[in-house]
Amino acid sequence: MLCPFVEEFIPTPVGPIPRVATTVSHRDRWGTIGARIGLIRRNYKVAPGLYAVGTPGAGSPVLVTANYKLTFDSLRHRLGNIDAWLLVVDTRGINVWCAAGKGSFSSEEVIRGVEQARLAEVVSHRRLILPQLAATGVTARAVRRGCGFDVLFGPVRAEDLPAFLRHDHQADETMRTVTFTMAERAVLIPVELFLLAKPLLAVLCLGPLLSGIGPGLFSPAAALERGLILLAATVAGIGAGAVLTPLALPRLPGRQFWIKGILAVLPVALCLWLLFAHRLTPIEQAAMLLWTATVSSYLAMQFTGSTPFTSPSGVEYEMRRGLPVQLAAACLGLGLWLAAPFLANGGG
Amino acid sequence: MRGYRYIDGVVTLRVDRQRCVGCGACVQVCPHRLFSLDEGVLALRDADLCMECGACARNCPVEAITVSPGVGCAVAILAAWINRLTGRKVLSDCC
Repeated sequence: MLCPFVEEFIPTPVGPIPRVATTVSHRDRWGTIGARIGLIRRNYKVAPGLYAVGTPGAGSPVLVTANYKLTFDSLRHRLGNIDAWLLVVDTRGINVWCAAGKGSFSSEEVIRGVEQARLAEVVSHRRLILPQLAATGVTARAVRRGCGFDVLFGPVRAEDLPAFLRHDHQADETMRTVTFTMAERAVLIPVELFLLAKPLLAVLCLGPLLSGIGPGLFSPAAALERGLILLAATVAGIGAGAVLTPLALPRLPGRQFWIKGILAVLPVALCLWLLFAHRLTPIEQAAMLLWTATVSSYLAMQFTGSTPFTSPSGVEYEMRRGLPVQLAAACLGLGLWLAAPFLANGGG
Repeated sequence: MRGYRYIDGVVTLRVDRQRCVGCGACVQVCPHRLFSLDEGVLALRDADLCMECGACARNCPVEAITVSPGVGCAVAILAAWINRLTGRKVLSDCC
């Protein structure tokens, strides 16, 4: 039952403690891919408790982290040649930032972790190093009151920990600032797409049903032809809102994400229109473009949840404006799409 | 965090310089580097860059900083709206 990342057990005053590898294994790599595309995201955990990297002693630093395996891995994989204790807190398998925001990475949970691991018997100092982003959920002085350990908030990113430890626990401004680089944005896209599989399946089933309705009650030919175009319009909207918007985020004009989503859809909508316009009536074209823009705008707005700079007040502000527009556009688009076959017939 | 700027004039962050004891906890924890100590008293730059994570207010020992903290996520806010409207837990939030 030994976890594959545990190399051996090292003796301590509180009994054997697992020493974990600091190198990336194939299993870690596959696990990371699985979590990033959303397959195993919900239950990718390590057991909370105390771990070791290198050969730590009573004076070695204690690094506190969340028990999401992706978080645990990104920490230990950067600790080659470092002797330290890792105190993994039970955050219900959620990453540091989300767990701190939602209350599971809390002062109480850190205190419980310290007490359960009997940390005071393992180390002679009384200092915990926490990731800076845990400060949203952890109150340093509450931890000190609760278990006698001082909390020092370390750098935002685990990759800066070796430098932080080398420089006498000093973090510079770069280490303390969140970033949202192209790579950091791109890595979020697969999960967003994975979560859209179900709604897309619904469009795949309902699209032809709705598209086939016409003056002759139901036309299978129209169901197939128009159903596929509706599906293409949905996929185009997803591409604009959940792929293009995250990638081009800082370049898209405007502050509100629902508007960024509409701007991102313009090139995609043009391609869609060039592809399908000749097969559609003007009313159907308008319906298709409205639908694509709505999907993109909504998904762009949804991306606020993945960024490290959108305030809840701001998100609420833009939702009060964006949601009614999206609702109206979706209803109008679908209404026109349904009405088009009747109007075309009446006109001709 | 250069290159990013969200909606102006909406954040709930407020500071009370009279109360500040100059401990520097907020300076340390803010992921957008909005605080500094100016002659031992906190100084706030550009409150519109705040994402209301609440780390500063939580770690301030004297309540010199107040903010209504939360997660800036449309899905979570929508879930909260719908659940409040229906009085039941219809939707759960994202992460």
